[in-house]
Amino acid sequence: MLPLLWLIPTLPLAGFLMLALGGSHLSRRSVAVIGTGSVALSALIAILIAIDFIAARPPGLAFQQEAWVWIATADFSPKIGFYLDALSLVMVLVVTVVSFLIHLYSTEFMINDEGYARFFAYMNLFVGSMCILVLADNLLFLYLGWEGVGLCSYLLIGFWYRDPDNGRAARKAFIVTRIGDTAMALGLSLLFTHLGTLDIQPLMQRVTQQWPEGSELAILAAALLLAGAVGKSAQLPLQTWLPDAMAGPTPVSALIHAATMVTAGVYLIARTHALFSLAPPVQLAVAVIGALTLLLAGFSALAQKDIKRVLAYSTISQIGYMFLALGVGAWSAAIFHLMTHAFFKALLFLSAGVVIRSLHEEHNIFRMGGLRKKLPVAFWTFLIGSASLAALPLVTAGFYSKDLILWQVWSSAQGNSWLWVAGWAGAILTGFYIFRVVFLVFFGEARTAVPLETKRPGLRITIPLVVLATLSLTGGWIETPPFLGNLTLFSDFVQHALPPAQVIHDGKNDQTILELLAIAASLGSIALAYLLFLRYPYFIHSLMLIPVLARIRKFWGSGWGFDWLYDNLIIRPYLWLAYADRHDVIDNIYSMAISCTLRWLQKIDRHDVIDNIYSGLAELCLFLYRALSATQSGQVRRYAAAIAAGSIGIIFMGVFA
Amino acid sequence: MILTALIFILVAGGLLSWMADRWHPGAAKWLALATVGVELVLAIWLWLQSASAMALPAHVGWLGEIRAEWIPRFGVSFHLAMDGISLILVVLTAFLGMVSVACSWTEIQERAGFFYFNLLWTLAGAVGVFLALDLFLFFFFWELMLVPMYFMIAIWGHEKRLYASIKFFIFVEGSGLLMLVAILALVFVHYRSTGVLTFDYFELLNTAMSPSTELWIMLGFFIAFAVKTPIVPFHSWLPDAHTEAPTAGSVILAGVLLKTGAYGLLRFVVPLFPEAAGYFAPVAMALGAAGVLYGAFLAFAQTDFKRLVAYTSVSHLGFVVLGIFAWNPWSLGGAVMQMIAHGISTGALFVIAGILQERTHTRDMRRFEGLWSVMPRLAAMGLFFAIAALGLPGMGNFVGEFLILMGLYRASSVLASVAAVAFVASVVYALALVQKTFHGENTHGWQLHDLSGREMATLYSMAAITLWLGLYPQPVLDAAPNTANSPPAIVVSQHQANME
Repeated sequence: MLPLLWLIPTLPLAGFLMLALGGSHLSRRSVAVIGTGSVALSALIAILIAIDFIAARPPGLAFQQEAWVWIATADFSPKIGFYLDALSLVMVLVVTVVSFLIHLYSTEFMINDEGYARFFAYMNLFVGSMCILVLADNLLFLYLGWEGVGLCSYLLIGFWYRDPDNGRAARKAFIVTRIGDTAMALGLSLLFTHLGTLDIQPLMQRVTQQWPEGSELAILAAALLLAGAVGKSAQLPLQTWLPDAMAGPTPVSALIHAATMVTAGVYLIARTHALFSLAPPVQLAVAVIGALTLLLAGFSALAQKDIKRVLAYSTISQIGYMFLALGVGAWSAAIFHLMTHAFFKALLFLSAGVVIRSLHEEHNIFRMGGLRKKLPVAFWTFLIGSASLAALPLVTAGFYSKDLILWQVWSSAQGNSWLWVAGWAGAILTGFYIFRVVFLVFFGEARTAVPLETKRPGLRITIPLVVLATLSLTGGWIETPPFLGNLTLFSDFVQHALPPAQVIHDGKNDQTILELLAIAASLGSIALAYLLFLRYPYFIHSLMLIPVLARIRKFWGSGWGFDWLYDNLIIRPYLWLAYADRHDVIDNIYSMAISCTLRWLQKIDRHDVIDNIYSGLAELCLFLYRALSATQSGQVRRYAAAIAAGSIGIIFMGVFA
Repeated sequence: MILTALIFILVAGGLLSWMADRWHPGAAKWLALATVGVELVLAIWLWLQSASAMALPAHVGWLGEIRAEWIPRFGVSFHLAMDGISLILVVLTAFLGMVSVACSWTEIQERAGFFYFNLLWTLAGAVGVFLALDLFLFFFFWELMLVPMYFMIAIWGHEKRLYASIKFFIFVEGSGLLMLVAILALVFVHYRSTGVLTFDYFELLNTAMSPSTELWIMLGFFIAFAVKTPIVPFHSWLPDAHTEAPTAGSVILAGVLLKTGAYGLLRFVVPLFPEAAGYFAPVAMALGAAGVLYGAFLAFAQTDFKRLVAYTSVSHLGFVVLGIFAWNPWSLGGAVMQMIAHGISTGALFVIAGILQERTHTRDMRRFEGLWSVMPRLAAMGLFFAIAALGLPGMGNFVGEFLILMGLYRASSVLASVAAVAFVASVVYALALVQKTFHGENTHGWQLHDLSGREMATLYSMAAITLWLGLYPQPVLDAAPNTANSPPAIVVSQHQANME
């Protein structure tokens, strides 16, 4: 099965080509078959390859495949080639399986959209790019997938192109992530210049052999890659694009948040973990960025009214957990959380999509309510997703992955108690904000009637929801803490690609206490949400009457003012300068310089420097004056000719003098 | 012989189409198409012939050469030669010639014969420039290429065509004159030291000069090529000329004529004056980086579709200048790649502008908006080439820009960081172009017919080439190192020593 590896990215790309070139001639049915079928096949191949990989254990626990040499100049020769090890296998499984479910869901969800073929074309391109990203065997090819993902996010966020606001959100996503990408491109230049290759495996070997820990180059290189990761994964300070990315259709949000795009940064850091281990300050920065982001985004999620924006901030916050884990060297815990997050976040978006569509594009959670009975499928699946996100103990996948992160943040050599406190506080926030949504939307009184003509979601929507709900519940049982069986299937599997975290505190008692604290955080926050949003809703209302609190809520809701800051610091000055210089200052300078000189000459003459007695000279002067004013014709071509003639004269003097 | 034929076909074809138009209106474009078709076939045949030779790593030499006496008294000879870089640029010229004939098919109705005559003679001049290795002959072709282009802008251009054409002529002729002076100076310096009066490139290669003389003469060449490339601050003729020219003129200007400037830097400035060029390289690179940023910045500020695209050329060619003066295998490979990829992608954007102008009679993006729902095929192509222009991996421009960035990083990490800012700025202008023209609601109520078969063939083939260049750029990259090898090895190493 392994030699079929190249098909995984190629199939969705082929689907994209077919839909892009012939989409307008195809029926909706064929579009759905091509669009979903290509991803389904690639998911199937990924699963078969995984089985083969686990059963056969290829030598070195890695498999490499090369298509052709992409660019060969001097000693630089990146290939179009794929590399499969435990890490990329996990990633490609998550990407293809979750994407397939989202595609299946979309075939029904988008059925009435005029751009059906265009939608599936872009979605296929998205999946194809993401597969390239995770399977690439060198950083330049990875960069191709990386940028492709950025492009697809632009295309899909702005999918409904008629509304300029969607276009604005789409451009924001592309431009903000591109800032990080640019730093990453410089990082690649640095790595190649100093180490002479971009092939990931040899590169990581050379990094460890040639650069001592804490060397300047290692720090710079890791910092540049981190900038790229921060952009794609929507972490501080480049997180602002993700909440606006909600402008796209809901399946797109599910794809961006769960299977593709935002996980890319986490993957990049895990892939190049050898480099990050050599740059302790950068690794600390990763952890701190993660901790700050998960808290800030958690507070912002709490202050949102739009159901999709809550989920968006929740993604930023959860990716923050993954960064926190990466920052303390808990590589496999980060990837484990990436996987469980992909399940429950896709589930949350897809079931939110059902809610939104049933209420005719209503996004405001305060206008929903009591939907438990009307939309049972959406209710149960959303509840399961929320429970998993809130890390409800024992039964959910999110519990196992988040608690693993929290434990390793505490126990690892690079971790410390401050980071743990941040993560723990984040866990309280998480349960609180997501169950706020659950109680407001599905419980209480109905604030908007569900239109009668609403159809029950069909099979193509229900099946993905059920599958994802199952995964959100059971997906965590492959890695359990010591007092729950101590299964370590996941970390054992990825061990070869991702070394285990260095543990310094290894007390069983500590771990039990911390687990209990985490469980308390999860249960307590859900209970708090129940009390404040369902039982005693008036309490919040009265709190919001206090101006300071209302203002804080607004501040959190606006994402801590980052948009405002960038708007005034960067965007407005750029726009203003562009407007001011739209006629090209340099062009004006040519004509201005000449006319000023001539005017100055005129002035000298008017004030009459030359005595009248020398009338002959005066005559001459008058003649010169006329001649010179004749040259001041206001015609640029004459001035340019004068410049040219002058420069030629100077060159002549220079050469022959 | 083939080299002469490459030029002669175009010259003869031009004359024939002019005459044919008098006998039978409508014949001119078919004759022109046939001419560039033959040219393209010939160029590609040459490429295939030499592809295997070029792939060899040790390949240094020339793929073909022809030398005949012309004015022996002054040491002027008819000396043509072709190496990888000239070959690849001739192929580009022939292909864009084909494109520009195709996009003039319905646009040019008046005096078609004379139009195609000018078009083909411009192409002939450009091919001559890429092949000539006698400085006098080079200057001859340089002029041959400009005069017909002047007529194309002045006669078939848009509203401000007279202003634009005269500005173009003065900038380029003025700087051309400067180059003539520099050529003569070089020849006399060579004569004084050796007693041989010659304009031959190879004989002038190692002329002994005092450093200050070398710098002055180099500057003469540099300014001439800088105006043409263009390098900021000599770019101000370009937006006017590109905007006012007819579609074919814009395609040829951006795709081919700008490349003659970059080619001049690559072929003459650095090899003839290695010391001075090395000494001057930091300034040139700074100007290149300034151009990269300034072009991208001003492109964003434009409201005229063609003017926007014109400023993107300033930005992209700034990368080429950076690549040339960083002078290492990666940056030079990137520069050549960027020249080719820019020729195709920018050419395609001008073709799209031409299609829009032909249908709507405006280029003002404030009057477009929402064309996606009206012309989905054209809009998709517009999106495609806007994305190519912003340097998305998988398309030709990325290979060029990334290689240049990587090579530049070796020469100066600071300048590389500055130039990299354009990666962001290019997204800003490219997406603004897409948004203003194709996205949004069709508020102006345009009702236009989508691409015709001829237009589709043109744009789809350009799109295919862009992808090919992005995914398998090797045939073009193989051509590049020959240039790096062509100046004597000592010269290159000296040059690099100067850089450090």
